[in-house]
Amino acid sequence: MRNIRVRDIINAVERLCVEACTTLHGDWWEAVEEAISREESPLGKDILKLLQENARLAASTGEAICQDTGMAVVFVELGQEVHIEGGSLYDAINEGIRRGYVKGYLRKSVVNDPLIRRNTGDNTPAVIHVDIVPGSNLRITVAPKGGGSENCSGLKMLRPADGREGVIRYVLEVVEAAGANPCPPITVGVGLGGNFEMAAILAKKALLRPLGQRHPEAHIAELETEILERINSTGIGPQGLGGRITALDVHIETYPTHITSLPVAVNIQCHATRHAEAFL
Amino acid sequence: MTRLTTPLSSDIIGKLEAGEQVRLSGVIFTARDAAHKKLVETYRAGGKLPVDLEGQIIYYVGPCPPKPGKVIGSAGPTTSGRMDPYTPLLIRQLGLKGMIGKGNRSPEVVEAIKEKGAVYFLALGGAGALLAQRIKKAEIVAYEELGPEAIYRLEVEDFPLIVGIDSRGQNAYLMGKARYSK
Ligand code: SF4
Repeated sequence: MRNIRVRDIINAVERLCVEACTTLHGDWWEAVEEAISREESPLGKDILKLLQENARLAASTGEAICQDTGMAVVFVELGQEVHIEGGSLYDAINEGIRRGYVKGYLRKSVVNDPLIRRNTGDNTPAVIHVDIVPGSNLRITVAPKGGGSENCSGLKMLRPADGREGVIRYVLEVVEAAGANPCPPITVGVGLGGNFEMAAILAKKALLRPLGQRHPEAHIAELETEILERINSTGIGPQGLGGRITALDVHIETYPTHITSLPVAVNIQCHATRHAEAFL
Repeated sequence: MTRLTTPLSSDIIGKLEAGEQVRLSGVIFTARDAAHKKLVETYRAGGKLPVDLEGQIIYYVGPCPPKPGKVIGSAGPTTSGRMDPYTPLLIRQLGLKGMIGKGNRSPEVVEAIKEKGAVYFLALGGAGALLAQRIKKAEIVAYEELGPEAIYRLEVEDFPLIVGIDSRGQNAYLMGKARYSK
């Protein structure tokens, strides 16, 4: 048994909120650099360069990459030999979010109730997913998700007979309907299989995979590449103003499913692929 | 690159073409959902509006709070479509000349733009840090109680924009996508 103090969790989450909202990872820089070289539209190229300039500025000044610093999605991998000391894990995470968003001058975008809609004032609560894993470590990923792209997401229970082509068609349908709203170039997370809620969580988890990395299974990796090509043939382009680069990548995660089911969830991520993680 | 200074005359707006990049300097106002709702309700009830929008430009933005010593926090555009139910009235009755946001507009908004010779600009979605740097002054002029949704008067310098829908109703999204779809 290993003890981890809630104080350390709070501090880590606070730091991760600010880091995620102001700094993009190396994979983003590589993907955008490559996108600039492939983009045929002159306006599209200019837009991608301005997005780089924006990201550079955010990293150097500590200003948020985008003003919609999102609702915080937190993924936790909790080693089964860890004992959380001094309070609740969930409270600790929300306290970290509170401090991160208030002290980091990040925008508070969470309302208390879907219909009453009063701002909670500190961006809590986060959406928290906990997986229990072997070992004695704690891994926390904070992934702020803005409304513009989240609202373009979709889920459909396809028929098994719809098959691979049905999956491709549905992903394209969601991307076409999203158009310019999720601030392209987007990253598309697809959850395939499982059941209703599993597909949605897989789609969100798929967005955490580094850009440019393919699924380990060959048939899924091929599907990712094919969907990416088809998305980039739509012409939507950077910011939806026309061009080759509509998506930087497509990531699919799968799970076994029921004999009668083919659930597919599509979670759209804007160009600001924000996430940061810590190991305790 | 076309450089523009506010207020924009009908003559200048008439020359802008959808898809063209411009740099805007001068005064613009912010307003989003809640402020639009209030403005329209006040107008319909025959009340006095807290700002005169005649000939002005509205930027759809809900910025991050400013850090100490800063004018404004990250300040990129929000999705314009949410303002569509209010926009035709602002253009026709209140004399609004320009809007800045992201995403497509409804056919009713495009009609009003054409009828009154207005213009819809696009700011780069998700480029809040860059856009904030081009905002030199920010002060609340109305609806302070709405917090980040209050109406601010901003002074901008070389604000990077793209003409989204020009005064003839040409649409940069439709034109751009048609050009590159395979
Ligand atoms: S979709 Fe993403 S980049 Fe665009 S405004 Fe929302 S959070 Fe920002």
